Amino acid sequence: MLDQPAGVTEAAAPLSVAGLSHGFGTRRVLQGVDFTVARGAFCVLLGLNGAGKTTLFALITRLYHSRSGRIAVFGRDIRAEPAAALARMGVVFQQSTLDLDLTVAENLFYHASLHGLSRAAAAPRIAAELARVGLGERRGERVRQLSGGQRRRVELARALVHEPALLLLDEPTVGLDIESRQFLLEHVRHLCRERGLGVLWATHLIDEAAADAEIIVLHRGAVLAHGPREAVLAQTGESTLKAAFDRLVAAPGASG
Amino acid sequence: MTAAQYSLCLGGIVRREALRWLNQRGRFVSALVRPLVWLVIFAAGFHFVLGVSIIPPYETYIPYEVYIAPGLVAMIQLFNGMQSSLSMVYDREMGSMKTLMVSPFPRWFLLLAKLLAGVAVSVVQAYIFLAIAWFWDITPPPTGYLAVLPALVLSGLMLGALGLVLSSFIKQLENFAGVMNFVIFPMFFTSSALYPLWRVKDANLTLYYICEINPFTHATELIRFALYDRFEPMAALVVLGYLLVFLALAVIGYDPGRGLMARRVAAE
Repeated sequence: MLDQPAGVTEAAAPLSVAGLSHGFGTRRVLQGVDFTVARGAFCVLLGLNGAGKTTLFALITRLYHSRSGRIAVFGRDIRAEPAAALARMGVVFQQSTLDLDLTVAENLFYHASLHGLSRAAAAPRIAAELARVGLGERRGERVRQLSGGQRRRVELARALVHEPALLLLDEPTVGLDIESRQFLLEHVRHLCRERGLGVLWATHLIDEAAADAEIIVLHRGAVLAHGPREAVLAQTGESTLKAAFDRLVAAPGASG
Repeated sequence: MTAAQYSLCLGGIVRREALRWLNQRGRFVSALVRPLVWLVIFAAGFHFVLGVSIIPPYETYIPYEVYIAPGLVAMIQLFNGMQSSLSMVYDREMGSMKTLMVSPFPRWFLLLAKLLAGVAVSVVQAYIFLAIAWFWDITPPPTGYLAVLPALVLSGLMLGALGLVLSSFIKQLENFAGVMNFVIFPMFFTSSALYPLWRVKDANLTLYYICEINPFTHATELIRFALYDRFEPMAALVVLGYLLVFLALAVIGYDPGRGLMARRVAAE
């Protein structure tokens, strides 16, 4: 649907962030953030509340521009080529963005139209994505009638309707019970493996970083560690990620 | 993106707005009851107090109900414009704005589509009101019902664009009560909706000038004249002018390189 010269987009990483800084007034929220999300990578962005995760998501999704630095989606700069970048991106925001009074299916059809998909083209994809999150039967119900966990699953299905190659989730498990959390986590990791999606999963829950996950530790707007879980453990000399995280954020240099 | 995709996107946005309107029965009913209350109760009360002399577009003496009907149609559009634009940014509903903004379509197009969707809903509402008002002897010529359509579209766009501007620039308007007090009522009362401007001019010259620059006055007059098969070029030009200004301001307000979204998201 968009011009995609081979090589330009396909060779580049789903997401690369370089030298990203941002602030509100005199308060600096992000400083010199660098990282990439590779194809098929499940990348966990770990940070406490206020670490700058939500600001980072707002910048990547082009809600507003950063003061400096570059964000590229498959090599497409979010400022220079926003349409190309946004078309390949699926997003689950921290707060629910569903229309409660509309049915599950209508919410997804609305999203499909925002990506220029006709109802005929979107219908089979919507059916497939809903079935995959176990909500195929509920498509005609209003979102208001669903539980919190089910709503999250609808949002995940929605984010995938336009077949993005990069999936962003901002604290997707907040407020969910253990079972829903587990389901969501498993489903997204499955997507990484099966479809080669690059995933950026922001959380403050360390146990959501599975053994094969890439880890990015964000603290007070700066990236303190970035790499496979083992590398982060080795960097800190700790045996658990929890201990590694605590050591990183407690380090004198981390108070930046 | 192709032209076909643009129209699919516009269709989806309009469809969503229409579904939301139909599903929120409270909003539907209150949008209808509000002007009817004015028409039935307020106008009945003032029926004998205020005499309206013959002024264009009317050709005979008219009862007060007939005079305020066009202003009430404009009020429907004003409420609608504020509601559909501002509802996007209220606390929990901030989300629907984000959903819209991460679409790969250009932002000006998304804002315009959102605006057109709101206008589509407000035009339907205006016609439902006019249909009910017919039973209260608000009986413009049949052709007037057709002639008023472009007027409704133009004034609806202008008032909706004003809502977008307010939603992007004014952070204090966090709830609808604030909008009622500081936008809707002042605009409604300092316009030609409730009394002809020559009466205002007699009473207070300053107030008259305020009424004259009030975009709502011109929206009301545009609708009033159109409803009686007359075209009022001055009102049309002023409404169009305000529309272009508000649109430009809205696009600036929602530009990712500028204020609004940054402030909103930071406040979360």
